[in-house]
Amino acid sequence: MNAALHHLWTPLSATPLLWLVVTLAAYVVGRQVQRACGGSPFASPVLIAILIVGATLLGTGTTYDTYFAGAQFIHFLLGPVTVALAVPLAENFALVRRHLSSIGLALLAGSLTSVISGVGLVWLLGGSRSVALSMAPKAVTTPIAMAVSDQIGGVPALTASLAILGGILAAIIGRHMLARFQIDDWRAHGLAAGVAGSGIAAAQVAALDEVGAAFAALGIGLNGLLTALLVPLLAALWR
Amino acid sequence: MPSAMLVLVGCQLVGELLRATFQVPIPGPVIGMFLLALVLGIRAKRTGTGRTPAPLKPVAEGLIANMGLLFVPAGVGIIAEAGVIRKEWLPIVVAVAGSTILSLIVTALVMHWTLRPAHADGADHEGGVS
Repeated sequence: MNAALHHLWTPLSATPLLWLVVTLAAYVVGRQVQRACGGSPFASPVLIAILIVGATLLGTGTTYDTYFAGAQFIHFLLGPVTVALAVPLAENFALVRRHLSSIGLALLAGSLTSVISGVGLVWLLGGSRSVALSMAPKAVTTPIAMAVSDQIGGVPALTASLAILGGILAAIIGRHMLARFQIDDWRAHGLAAGVAGSGIAAAQVAALDEVGAAFAALGIGLNGLLTALLVPLLAALWR
Repeated sequence: MPSAMLVLVGCQLVGELLRATFQVPIPGPVIGMFLLALVLGIRAKRTGTGRTPAPLKPVAEGLIANMGLLFVPAGVGIIAEAGVIRKEWLPIVVAVAGSTILSLIVTALVMHWTLRPAHADGADHEGGVS
């Protein structure tokens, strides 16, 4: 029996198909769980899917590289979906233009807060310099975060993980947190999700409100620009 | 759907080309997003309607609605970083949580405060290109 299973598993585990199916299935399960929990953001489908896939890889002794060979087809769509954020953005152009100065101020404040508090907390708690530098750009969209991290001497793969952890956290607690501060405005909520939690938090907001989606798209794009310019400058000062 | 995918991937390609040509540190898809927004904005102004061309809208909305799925492959990469994370878990956990929460609150509060005067007219959903 074991031999037969092994016979079946070995070729199957090498095709991209298996890991595509596992990734999709894990996400579908994640969504079902969220639905069963009454749509609670605490049952994040992204987090649940990552845990299921991660456990599957560890349980079957599969390397991340083997997994990614299959899952890269899903990963690739991150590019087109980033471009697609232009649609809610364009549909709310008038709204965005009217609040340009607010957006600029909030972006600058949020971006600086993220970088300085991230690096500062690692440093205060005795973390290593490379972890601190990997933390600096973690709020922006993963490809920018990785490029900046590499440029300033962080570890790009670690930065990607931190970006995802931060994004999941922002998606989970974002609404709760802002409600506590009596902020019920989708413009503020969307921008904050885009600036602090990039894609994952934006995905959560975008599913709920179109104006939120537009401001989240703007938050991701502008914070990406700002961080790519600002963080290498700040890092050069901290030597 | 093919034409919508063409627009999206095409903008991404142009974004990548611009990035490579001008050596900017911004990824191609982000440049592509601003480009497409610009084109859609100009088109809206010319035609006088704020509506997104028919095939593009459902595809864009479908992708955005399921954006979470697309982060799963990269997210699973955390297990490859488990070593460093386990070794420095305290600074990592506190810094990720602390800076994410602080940034979320600061961004939203500054936005909220500076919007206040305009907020008097109430409408949050006044969107749409006029």
